[in-house]
Amino acid sequence: MPANVLAVGLVVNGRRHELEVSVGQTLLDALRDELGLTGSKECCAEGECGACTLLIDGQAVNSCLVLAVEADGRQIATIEGLADGDRLSPIQDAFLAQGAVQCGFCIPGMVMSAHYLLSHTPQPSAAEIREGLSGNLCRCGGYNQICSAVAAVASGEAALEHEE
Amino acid sequence: MLQAEPAARPLCGGTDLLVGLRKGTLRPPLVVDLKRVAELAPAIEQRDRVLRVSATIVLTQLIADERARAHFPALVEAALVVGSIQIRNRATLAGNMCNASPAADTAPPLLVYGAVLELAGLAGRRRVPLAEFFTGPGRTVLAPAELVTAVELPLPSEPLGAVFGRMTRRRGVDLATVNLCCSVSRSGVTRFAYGAVGPRSFLVSDETGTLADETAEPAKQEEVLRRLTAEASPISNVRASAEYRQQMLLVLSRRALDTARRRLAEVADAG
Repeated sequence: MPANVLAVGLVVNGRRHELEVSVGQTLLDALRDELGLTGSKECCAEGECGACTLLIDGQAVNSCLVLAVEADGRQIATIEGLADGDRLSPIQDAFLAQGAVQCGFCIPGMVMSAHYLLSHTPQPSAAEIREGLSGNLCRCGGYNQICSAVAAVASGEAALEHEE
Repeated sequence: MLQAEPAARPLCGGTDLLVGLRKGTLRPPLVVDLKRVAELAPAIEQRDRVLRVSATIVLTQLIADERARAHFPALVEAALVVGSIQIRNRATLAGNMCNASPAADTAPPLLVYGAVLELAGLAGRRRVPLAEFFTGPGRTVLAPAELVTAVELPLPSEPLGAVFGRMTRRRGVDLATVNLCCSVSRSGVTRFAYGAVGPRSFLVSDETGTLADETAEPAKQEEVLRRLTAEASPISNVRASAEYRQQMLLVLSRRALDTARRRLAEVADAG
């Protein structure tokens, strides 16, 4: 193995992966390029936009600012892990039902931030929803629909629509 | 490892370091991940009358700590506005100091609360008051291969009203145009620490009791505030002009002083 390549073990969405990564490779790039998990997006590459948001050991982080080697031994949750087969998660369903998805580029990060928010605060106020998503930028400007989608999940409305 | 490669860069949260690495503005020969160093495991411990925050504690952990919330509320207020949730889940308090941005939001409250940094290097260990740590934008007294291992916060020795404040161009995730922390103690000492209005965050104080005394003549208070804020040497940049920063510093100082005095009164009432 070359000196600038290291072996890492990651558990991604419950599945264990052994990878050889370059020491300078970000977690985002390793997931996209080595594992083909292209749901997490790269946009600003400096921790401003949140398009690369995923969870490491349950904590929402910008994966563009994490080296793959730092994630060795960690549990990673990405957007690909939310749906159960063809059945979308309630958050994903609510985003569709509320028309929150326009160009879609920011949506995986938005959904992961919403997932993180609801895992800590199942009944967020409108202000808490805005705060919870404030690390994610949407250039289409669909913030109202995105916030409505999160509110719908919290109130249980989204689950009802799913049942129908 | 650091002895062999003194130009190595320590990595904790990486929220500043990774940006530099990716842009190519930082090209260290080696990066050492401190999260893998057993001695630096994340811990907030109270020993005697000092709250010790280890170098790997991230801002989210600090914000959630009951002791930090009880004794250092202005620090928690500042930590809550650093970056975004994703950044706060990763960025460390110690790293925020090492990065030495003049606009670092946690620096003013740490200065006001008299924080001391615990350093470890090839020459051994030493402790440096934060007020003597910054030497300029992005520059500190850290020697090559020297690390900050913890931030020590002495518990206030008397009732204190303190507040953090800042001005940004927009709500939400943004760097401070001006930031500050103000504390008023029961014995009448008023301290201000100012950020983003000079090459480094810095501390000034009024020990005459003029500012702490709500009944003091307004003109006298204004004179003291003008003298303290005149210590600033702001620059003009993308976020604001030097003149605007200087004016806003005075406005924010007045407001922070009001809040700090009110909080001191509340602490006194509760006590």
